[in-house]
Amino acid sequence: MRLPELPVDVVPVPGALPAFHATIAADALSGLCRDALAQNARLVALWGSDETTRGSGYAVHVALAITSGLLWVSVPLSGERPAYPSVADVFPCAGRMQRAASDLLGIRATGAADERPWLRHGAWPEDAYPLRKAFEAATRFAREDDRYAFVRVEGEGVHEIPVGPVHAGTIEPGHFRFSVVGEKVLRLEERLGYAHKGIEKRFEAMTLEQGAKLAGRVSGDSTVAYAWAYAMAAEGAAGTEPPARALALRGVLLELERIANHLGDLGFLGNDVALSFGFFQFWRMKEELLRLQHRLFGHRYLMDAVVPGGVACDLGGREAALLIERLTTVEREASTLKAIYDEHAGAQDRFIMTGQVLPELAEKMGLTGLAGRASGIRHDVRVDHPVRPYVDFPVRMAVHVRGDVAARLSVRFDELFESVRLVQAIVRDLPSGAVRVPVPAPAAGRRGVGWVEGWRGDVLVALDTGEGGRLHRVHTHDPSWQNWPLVERSVLGNIVPDFPLINKSFNLSYSGHDL
Amino acid sequence: MYQLLKQVARTGIVTEPAPGPDEALRELQQRLGAAVLAHFGRSLAVRHVDAGSCNGCELEIHAANGPHYNLERLGIKFVASPRHADLLLVTGPVSRHMEVALRRTYDATPDPKLVVAIGDCGCTGGIFGESYASCGRVSNVIPVDVAVPGCPPPPLEIMRGILTAVSRKPGIR
Repeated sequence: MRLPELPVDVVPVPGALPAFHATIAADALSGLCRDALAQNARLVALWGSDETTRGSGYAVHVALAITSGLLWVSVPLSGERPAYPSVADVFPCAGRMQRAASDLLGIRATGAADERPWLRHGAWPEDAYPLRKAFEAATRFAREDDRYAFVRVEGEGVHEIPVGPVHAGTIEPGHFRFSVVGEKVLRLEERLGYAHKGIEKRFEAMTLEQGAKLAGRVSGDSTVAYAWAYAMAAEGAAGTEPPARALALRGVLLELERIANHLGDLGFLGNDVALSFGFFQFWRMKEELLRLQHRLFGHRYLMDAVVPGGVACDLGGREAALLIERLTTVEREASTLKAIYDEHAGAQDRFIMTGQVLPELAEKMGLTGLAGRASGIRHDVRVDHPVRPYVDFPVRMAVHVRGDVAARLSVRFDELFESVRLVQAIVRDLPSGAVRVPVPAPAAGRRGVGWVEGWRGDVLVALDTGEGGRLHRVHTHDPSWQNWPLVERSVLGNIVPDFPLINKSFNLSYSGHDL
Repeated sequence: MYQLLKQVARTGIVTEPAPGPDEALRELQQRLGAAVLAHFGRSLAVRHVDAGSCNGCELEIHAANGPHYNLERLGIKFVASPRHADLLLVTGPVSRHMEVALRRTYDATPDPKLVVAIGDCGCTGGIFGESYASCGRVSNVIPVDVAVPGCPPPPLEIMRGILTAVSRKPGIR
């Protein structure tokens, strides 16, 4: 079939989403990306795969968000010298994804401006590729010298501040190289990949069912978003449709995850401007919600609650009433705290015009999710391509245009209130019936996609089944891939002591990015 | 300011009693003498190292510093540098990319020191296991005194782990 917006033959990918798959030649990729960009498409993800066990070579895959839904484009590459023309000139956020695909599979993006390794730090040599099928997962290489060619800023009075991978606070590992004059940041260069623990290779030793647990641990703070995206992909590949009650409960769980994370971040943003009152208030509210989640759904962070075929929990009438009551309290208290934040001159002075990403830059670089909406990027998968329960409970998108810390704070408040409304509405109208159906093991070579708006942004899971119920390839994509480069840009001209605040206002994932 | 003070007064104190130590979490025999433990018990400086976790354990470490658990009231304070630390709180399977950083952090921590591994991954490698990219459990890289299982372990268990690390076995002087 044909899509209205692009001249390419596609086949629908079965499942809950409007998703399409196309196979094109390498020399057509750049042109297709340009056409898509002209139609306001966004790059969602880029990854590679080894198809040598299926009698061909390698492949590079691109997922594009288009008006019709999600377009998954596969480009077969040769087995001897796998290469394709870089698309980073069309979609700048593709750059790091291309470098990762090169590190993991040895497929090269020709003409790319930056060909430094990205996820490979020296745990495996340049000519070994962990995601190739011939690569044994247990292989241990001697550690190589790990030198990374940071871009040097030169001139009088410029000096470098290296930060991480072990940070001063309780956060994930990554390295930040600041070039500063006095306190002013001239350049920030990130180096990620420290948390790379071989997740995608691990999937390939698992069955469709086993993979759900791993998907829920790609990024622990977004366990529901990943588990749902994985389940959606698995159900598509297996041709299963979960019961209506399960879909409604997934919506409840995803919005609760958003509320809990936003509460935590709103507290931290207060803490980072020396308003520790905010930290203690929001974290009190968060803890009370986590305890209720544990009581109602069996896990404080809702891990393993979403499973292929449905959900592994249920919500009785009395429990539903408790949840509605708790969220009414959350809403009331958050309103009080919002008024206190709004009127706190010292806090607002730190928030406003700090770490700004203007809409024009955000659009060019592909800023996504919560941070994107704070910079005027009007995208939210729940609104653009709603699946159940969002079809029946439309989401009111929160948008801001100033793109600073204050805007990201404001979007969090708006989304918190909207999620409270959604959970209460869904819970009041829960369909009856089963919460889980069995998922048969799919045949080999079936594709499935899951695309879910987590609290941070859109999480994608692209899945391809293998022989004997195993997974041939699972790619999980975190919105942090798109947003990390904008953290580099947002701190320019700001002072070093504002970096923790700016970084926290994005609160991006390391584990979800490093895989 | 009035609204802020009103909110503080309305909230009151939510902090709950702290747990006691649990010998079952101990991996290595207590290496520290009574005099050191007496000091550590009153003023323990903790450095957290994420050696490759999924960020789940970090959420619970944050929660342990929140108002319900309030670790700091026990004299347990998180510090910004291993040079200031008495105890390392390590999460994650140790990724091979964090192996060197973890060893260096351990070496930079002055003796006497303690290590508490947090979470199923820190205890056994968890779902990520050992591979080309993962060293698995924390004790594969540095000595671990106390290991706290859980995915992630709730704040009370994390507190219990830290308190176990600075306690002596009952009855032994």
